[in-house]
Amino acid sequence: MRSHKWYTPWMLVAPAVIWVLVFALWPFINTIGLSFTNARPLLPGKFIGIDNYTRMFSDPQFGYALQTSLLYMVICVPLLTVLPLLLALLVEKTIPWIGFFRTTFYFPVIASVVVVALIWSWIFDSRGIINEALQTFGWIQKPIPFLVDRWWLLACAILLTVWKGLGYYMVVYLAALGGSGTKELHEAASLDGAGSFQRFLSVTIPSVRMAMVLIMALVAVSAIRVFTELQVLTNGTGGPGGQDMSIVMMIKNVGSGLTGNVGYASAISVFLFFLTLFPLLGIAFLNREKKDRAPKAPKARKAYTAKKVAA
Amino acid sequence: MSNTTFDAVEEFAEITSTRKTGKAPRPPRHRAYRHKGSGDFSRPTLGGLISRYVLLIIMLMIVVGPLVWQLSTSFKGPLDNIYQFPPNIVPRDPTVKNYAKVNDYVPVYLYAWHSLLIAGGSVLSNAVLSTFAGYALGCMRFRGKWIVFGILLSTMLLPGEVTITSQFLIIKNLGLADTLWGVFLPGAIGAMNVLLVATACRQIPKDMLDAATIDGATTWQRIRHMVWPNVKGMVSVVAIFSFIGAWDDFLWPLIVLTDPNKYTLTVGMAYLNGNFSADPRLIAAGTMIALIPVVLIFSLLQRFFFQGVQEGAVKG
Repeated sequence: MRSHKWYTPWMLVAPAVIWVLVFALWPFINTIGLSFTNARPLLPGKFIGIDNYTRMFSDPQFGYALQTSLLYMVICVPLLTVLPLLLALLVEKTIPWIGFFRTTFYFPVIASVVVVALIWSWIFDSRGIINEALQTFGWIQKPIPFLVDRWWLLACAILLTVWKGLGYYMVVYLAALGGSGTKELHEAASLDGAGSFQRFLSVTIPSVRMAMVLIMALVAVSAIRVFTELQVLTNGTGGPGGQDMSIVMMIKNVGSGLTGNVGYASAISVFLFFLTLFPLLGIAFLNREKKDRAPKAPKARKAYTAKKVAA
Repeated sequence: MSNTTFDAVEEFAEITSTRKTGKAPRPPRHRAYRHKGSGDFSRPTLGGLISRYVLLIIMLMIVVGPLVWQLSTSFKGPLDNIYQFPPNIVPRDPTVKNYAKVNDYVPVYLYAWHSLLIAGGSVLSNAVLSTFAGYALGCMRFRGKWIVFGILLSTMLLPGEVTITSQFLIIKNLGLADTLWGVFLPGAIGAMNVLLVATACRQIPKDMLDAATIDGATTWQRIRHMVWPNVKGMVSVVAIFSFIGAWDDFLWPLIVLTDPNKYTLTVGMAYLNGNFSADPRLIAAGTMIALIPVVLIFSLLQRFFFQGVQEGAVKG
């Protein structure tokens, strides 16, 4: 039934489409284009071929940034895949006060990364609580330079990312754990003599497998894009010699300001884009076994249903 | 006999007895734990329950401890030694002056107002525009619908950081660099939000909308009286996400704003921390000003919030 003029739906979706085109797709195409030029904010720039890309791979600063971002990903992915699952199992059962615990475990998630980083930089300070505690116990003579040393700084940033992310992925796992049929599986496994650890391995893990793959990809992508933690913990300097700069920090530092090298920043951005595609390709790869779905084409679908009915 | 069966019998007896006597039904007795050998896995054993609470409280201290400590630091006066160990959580020299003094370094309350403007605007525009677009995509049939879906979905793969340099060039060409409008505009409508509302709109029975059309309802009336009541829940989720996303955002306002008088709260706090060797008590007060509004909003609306995370896990 014709319930509207032909242009009505287009008027309704117009703002969304225009916004996405202007603020996401066009900038992306423009970024690819600019990455082959030596553009500056005030002048359009000339085509210089792949110079920006060759420069990128010989730039030691970019090497550090790539190292930082990849290390961030390699450490964050296992931590934020396993720890939130354990936390979700801890808050899974409906016992008194559990709503209170679930809610408070989510507080760090809604806080701004800036706030969280300021709080933790005060804890890691040379006169902060951790150093004071270690000195009181006499375990160290002088404060550990948490926020000055390259590797300590990275470790602190990762710690606060994990602390902040726990609650979010906990909720994703909770949704997966609440899936249908898991209770019966637990009962059956228990009757067969499986202990709680055995049940964790053979019932819980398989039932959250999809959520786990999803979470791994989400953590990987957001870890590669790390910015605020390192920016605030280092006050924007990128740590000693800029060695703790992440890729996004480098894009921001290279590309902004009146003297910013927009072309070079764009080349790094394009590289970052391809880097974030890998985790998503990983998801597609892990999902490829799940072929047992009804095919889209009508003919194949009919054959598929017939086979299912016959079986 | 296992204890679960006992509980069931008791509950049944209670239900039948209230039916006879007609008294207000007493809530059925419910134990928080199960006995060993009972197969009810929705409840832990007694030992499990106790160790569970111990672990929960340890986690609570790890998760909330830093926040509470910061809150207490923000109320500590000059006579409190904030560097001592073990730290005192209750201030010895309590004061609220830190919340006024921090304003002498940087105008935090002005920054908070800027953040509120942007977050409020973002809530409004996202709620209204994604309802419109979601309705069109979820309930209407029109040519090119799949192109629109494709355009919206393609941005899911595109991290915002990748386009940030070019995005700034656009904002600059619009003459909006270093303005709050420039901070607000790119986030005014999110593709993810449109897709979430479109999913909710697809649940509305088509016959109902058709009936409204036959009765002569215009598109606007259908949105107002049929669609809106049905997607209110999802739109609240979109609104909460928009508010917290805009309030907490850091990278984009940092790039757009250069004048310290126009900063948003997050940029202002990083500025305060980096450029003045300010007293940690003052920084603590500033972080609390940034933290408390979102914690309040979240605590009041958490029901919608958890629903949103579960339905839109991909939002990241």
